[in-house]
Amino acid sequence: MPRAPAKNKKRKLAFKLSLFILAGTTFIFLAAFGYNHYSSRKLVLKNVEENARNLTLATVNKIETTLLGVEKVPLYLASSLENHRYSRHEIFQTIEDILKTNPDIFGAAVAFEPFAFNPKSRYFVPYTFRKKDGFGVHPPETAFQYFYRDWYLIPRELGRPVWSEPYFSEGGGNTVMSTYSVPFYRFVNGKRTFTGVVEVDIDLEWLKEIISRVSIYQSGYAFLVSQNGVIVTHPNRDWIMRESIFSIAEAADDPGLRKMGRDMIRGKEGFIPLQSHFTGKKSWIYYAPLTSIGWSIGVVFPEEELFAGMKKLNREVFIIGSAGFVLLFLVIAWISNRMTAPIRTLSLKTAEIAKGNLDIKLPSVTSNDEIGELTASFEDMRLALKEYIFTLRETTAAKERLESELQIAHTIQMSFLPKRFPFFPEKDEFEIYATMEPAREVGGDLYDFFLVDEDYLFFSIGDVSGKGVPAALFMAVTKTLMKGIASKSMDLPEVLGKVNAELCLDNDAMMFCTLFCGFLNIRTGEFLYSNAGHNPPIVIRSGHKPRWLDLPEGSAMGVDEDAFYLTEKITLNSGDTLILYTDGVTEATDHDKSLYSTDRLIDTIEKSKLSSIEPLVLEIMNSVRDFTGGEPQSDDITILAVRFGDTSGSS
Amino acid sequence: MKHLFPICLILVIFSFVATPSACGETLKRVTFLPQWLPQAQFAGYYAAREKGIYKKYGIDLVILPGGPDNPSADMLSKGKTDFTTMFLSSAIQKRADGVKLVNIGQIVQRSGFILVARKSSGILSPNDLNGKRVSLWSDFQLQALAFFRKYHLDVKIIPQTFTVNLFLRGGVDAASAMWYNEYHTLLNAGLDEDELTAFFFDRYGLNFPEDGIYCLEETLKKDRALCRAFVQATLEGWEYAFAYPEESLDIVMKYVNDAHVGTNRVHQKWMLDKMKYLIRPTDMKNPVGVLRQDGYNLVAGELQLKGMIKDIPPFGEFYAPCAGEK
Repeated sequence: MPRAPAKNKKRKLAFKLSLFILAGTTFIFLAAFGYNHYSSRKLVLKNVEENARNLTLATVNKIETTLLGVEKVPLYLASSLENHRYSRHEIFQTIEDILKTNPDIFGAAVAFEPFAFNPKSRYFVPYTFRKKDGFGVHPPETAFQYFYRDWYLIPRELGRPVWSEPYFSEGGGNTVMSTYSVPFYRFVNGKRTFTGVVEVDIDLEWLKEIISRVSIYQSGYAFLVSQNGVIVTHPNRDWIMRESIFSIAEAADDPGLRKMGRDMIRGKEGFIPLQSHFTGKKSWIYYAPLTSIGWSIGVVFPEEELFAGMKKLNREVFIIGSAGFVLLFLVIAWISNRMTAPIRTLSLKTAEIAKGNLDIKLPSVTSNDEIGELTASFEDMRLALKEYIFTLRETTAAKERLESELQIAHTIQMSFLPKRFPFFPEKDEFEIYATMEPAREVGGDLYDFFLVDEDYLFFSIGDVSGKGVPAALFMAVTKTLMKGIASKSMDLPEVLGKVNAELCLDNDAMMFCTLFCGFLNIRTGEFLYSNAGHNPPIVIRSGHKPRWLDLPEGSAMGVDEDAFYLTEKITLNSGDTLILYTDGVTEATDHDKSLYSTDRLIDTIEKSKLSSIEPLVLEIMNSVRDFTGGEPQSDDITILAVRFGDTSGSS
Repeated sequence: MKHLFPICLILVIFSFVATPSACGETLKRVTFLPQWLPQAQFAGYYAAREKGIYKKYGIDLVILPGGPDNPSADMLSKGKTDFTTMFLSSAIQKRADGVKLVNIGQIVQRSGFILVARKSSGILSPNDLNGKRVSLWSDFQLQALAFFRKYHLDVKIIPQTFTVNLFLRGGVDAASAMWYNEYHTLLNAGLDEDELTAFFFDRYGLNFPEDGIYCLEETLKKDRALCRAFVQATLEGWEYAFAYPEESLDIVMKYVNDAHVGTNRVHQKWMLDKMKYLIRPTDMKNPVGVLRQDGYNLVAGELQLKGMIKDIPPFGEFYAPCAGEK
């Protein structure tokens, strides 16, 4: 079941790797692309502005040269009119000469203030103009309200030469004209007095021509606005002389265009982007003033053409980038697949290993990288595991064999010991109970009891030095000797001496055994006992506190073949109890390595109010077990308890 | 006049009864001369003609080309047109001069004539005009002069051409302008409204009614019903123009284009918008198309004061109401 998510994870690693690398690359690419776009756009605009300025100024210069040439003519005439009184004929002649020598001038006139030329005539305005076949002349004295025309009034009021707003030529033709008027003065009664205006009309066709020749990119163009913002030339013929920059701005509600218009008529120069309603498409415009006439020229650059080269480059960069991206994607996919493939294989193989199949073949190490190291480590691990498991199997088999033998030994040892209680159910003169818990399968403790005859009960408890099988064997020998000898003689020192002598024989292992034993007269309560270096038993006199039994001298058996033993005697009263034990009880340790101790044993016995001995023994055992609290048992534990007296009532 | 009323009534009723058949042979061929070049100042007349409103009233109208070459008073007195429009002041002068013209309907109730100045020249209130150079049209000085007198202003009057270029070039401090025309020309020459001070004379107690419909007394006598029909149709035309401004602008632009007038739609839109305000002032309880005697007296009194007329022509002779009643 846990295989499925693992597989999923594997896919995720390659996926994550690809995702992060590609996302990073995309980000870098887009940032670089964006910056490149921004910079090249700025660069293009800078170049375009430069070109636009040059182009516009060149056009402006061309126009200005002509206009300045035109201006000189009336300026000269006005100046000479101030100093020289022309005759009627001279004036006509001069005007005609002007037309003859200045092909740019369509018509010219000298307009006088009322009665200034001819005291008899209010009007005097000789005007000569070009016709198809020569020149036409207006009768100068016609009652024609020229005083109230812009070309006359404005220079008069401003006191300086003025170019007029453009106008359509008289007669409703489509020719756009403009007039340059120069006021002239004479001294009348010592005062410089305005006397009239010299004006020349110029046909603006040539200007239109110059402007229309300005072409830039495929559809860039130039246009001209007058001082009032009126469109003078523009590719859109409907706008000429009808719309102004401001009316177009108003119609389109475009404050930006209006602002540009205001800048244009104020003689400013600029390069700005414009909305499409003025130029048809989103465009940039460069504008500059025609200073002499006060008009302004605008050069329009359609943005899409302006940036066409850049767009193409961008497209190419984008295609290259995209192709690179795809390539990178493939490479990353390939690399990540290649990198994770051994991991995947390894993962599958280790899954097999985890199942226990240690013979599976891991992929051979071909690379020098981490994957190679990992594979090698896995291989080492597999081999180590395999060897370990092999060894483990061998050891386990040996151990199992041993354990089974020990189990048999345990059974045999236990079978040595009387352990079916109550042991003498027919006897009610005494009660006996014993238990042994070996620290290992087999132990070195021993106990025994049997009725020697009708009156005497023999019982013993012993402890062989060491533990395990050797101790068990020594114990078996000791117990067998004890039983064999004690059943024939009731002389305890003799019994113990014989057993000791037997045990000392060929005791190369230098093992020894402590033992306490005695004969209890089950009728009288007389108890004869000897001790071979064993712990003092506890005697509990009925109604008294438990106390230690006084022991006769005697060393442990199996050490000194000349050792001798003594006998003591006490008389038990009915209800008195003897408790025999091995040092496995008092020397049991808890996890702090502190001992159970004799005090605790006495204490446990004293606190117990149990009348029967089996529960008493079991309670001591439980007390010891509770004290050790699960610490491994270090020594065999044996307890034997005997109660004297009529027990028929109590049991 | 009073005894004419029943006759008028009968004629009007007759004309209405006759309306269904008006599209037939009963159409009367009539000429009309607007006082100036085609523009939205005359949108009502153009709309009425183009939308067949004159025909509905039994009139087959021919609109003559107006402009500086065809002064309306001359054309009317010479009988070259049946109807024309004129400023009230011009008309009173002509009447006083002996031209037997009559006002049969007062179209423009509120004066659109204003003085404009640049705020940057320090002109914010009438008193600021004192000592300044102000350009005035030679034919339309009366109202401005009354204004100067009212505020005791001593201004240097400069003649004004048909354009506002002298003002734009800085030749004068203030210039005459029609609110619906030259004022917008200034805006369309790059000046912003908040850069300008405009003096609306009606706000200074000098409201001179402007465009009215005029015909010769003789025409009125001969065919009063026709006069009435013309005025009614014209007013209906104006209502149409105000109700459908975009369509009316299309119509105006058609006349503009035919006459090769150098103007544009935005300008005409402005003009039509202002005409609505001048023809149907929201704050004047004045029936549309009616000349009020107080307005007449104000203008005529001013003319007399200036010595431009000797005697004030009697109101009853000058004005023959043909609007607002049936």
